Amino acid sequence: MREYAVLGAFLLVGIVLPAAVVIGGWLLGPKRANPVKNSTYECGLETVGETWIQFKVQYYVYALIFVIFDIEVVYLYPWAVAYNRLGLFALVEALIFAGILVAGLFYAWRKGALAWF
Amino acid sequence: MLADFIETIVKILVVVVVLLTGFAYMTWFERRVIARLQVRIGPNRVGPEGLLQPLADGVKLFFKEDIIPAEADKALYLLAPMLAVVPSLLAAAVLPFGPDVTLFGRTIHLYIADINIALLYFLGLGSLGVYSVVLAGWASNNKYALLGGLRASAQMISYELAMGLSVLAVVMLTGSFSLVDIVEAQAGGRWFVLMQPLAFIIFVITMLAETKRAPFDLPEAEQELVAGFHTEYSGMKFALFYMGEYIGMIVISGVAVSLFLGGWQGPFAEQIPLLGVLYFFLKVAVFMFFFVWMRATLPRLRYDRLMQLGWKVLLPLSLANVVVTALAVVARDTGFFGLLG
Repeated sequence: MREYAVLGAFLLVGIVLPAAVVIGGWLLGPKRANPVKNSTYECGLETVGETWIQFKVQYYVYALIFVIFDIEVVYLYPWAVAYNRLGLFALVEALIFAGILVAGLFYAWRKGALAWF
Repeated sequence: MLADFIETIVKILVVVVVLLTGFAYMTWFERRVIARLQVRIGPNRVGPEGLLQPLADGVKLFFKEDIIPAEADKALYLLAPMLAVVPSLLAAAVLPFGPDVTLFGRTIHLYIADINIALLYFLGLGSLGVYSVVLAGWASNNKYALLGGLRASAQMISYELAMGLSVLAVVMLTGSFSLVDIVEAQAGGRWFVLMQPLAFIIFVITMLAETKRAPFDLPEAEQELVAGFHTEYSGMKFALFYMGEYIGMIVISGVAVSLFLGGWQGPFAEQIPLLGVLYFFLKVAVFMFFFVWMRATLPRLRYDRLMQLGWKVLLPLSLANVVVTALAVVARDTGFFGLLG
């Protein structure tokens, strides 16, 4: 538990530091806001239309594949850490599991989910 | 108890100060080295060899106006730069940067915390790093920023899988997630880069992608996206993104060194602990130079190529590496090689 308490203290320092930097910058910097300065910067052109729109679906597909594979990789972690003690049995199991992973990747590939267009 | 407390506080402060100094001087180092590689001189006016340049930059940024765009989502806009620093700073907690030191009759471990899930902790914080980029891109309400944020998130999640799998091979060899144990396992020059060259190469490539450095700096891509996700940021908030990026570079180099290059191990490091610390920092410095060198050498990848590299090359390769390592470990433990010879 002690180690986690130390991490907690470190987290505290990690939060205070950027907060202090932002507050310091806010205290020291000039504040001369005007509507033009606060408008959206798009290389001098007036911004056209909404920014928060429904966006390219490809990003979503990648996120979906990522979630699937990330969970599969997470399952491999406890296996890897105990691998020294498990021996041949763990190897066979992991080969089956990795086979499923590869099949899944191949399926996504063939379905065109990994293509960028 | 009190001594423990003081020791912890001192260690935390030292690590934070070293990382902040490292960040400041990394900006100077990068500009000087890039300049040399492009046959320029680089900043050399402020102080001898431009050594006071980071200080001057810091002071300048403190006195810059903090502009919040009228259209932005204010709360998230404020939160994003802070989120950029917190995970990369926190990841430093599990880095062992030297052997145990005896000082005033106390044994002092040169790491902040040795938790048994150190690598998971590091990978988890790496994933959290995506949030700052996505939130900054989205909250700015700027089309360039949004594009940069989305690209960054897709890129970081694509390379995280390969990174996780390349680390897995090292975990299988040591049977531990703790970086302290992993460094101990590499005593006597048995560096894991020798046993896991492929995992090392994959880790180095994904490390560039995770820190959004060239040739994977698509999220910033200044020629097409102005400054990507931090287009609308100014003053100290802008500096925080850089702080997060550079501290992230230092910490991830530290992890790479601990995983593959023996951490603080080296000749006589056990006898003279300070030598161990020196080895660690020298190895990290080599990686820092590597980051800059890559930036000066390689052109930026096209976005579809970047995604293809992550999913169709690095992911299958790292998976194959895990399987081969599994076979090799079993062959070693069951004496398969012994049967042959």
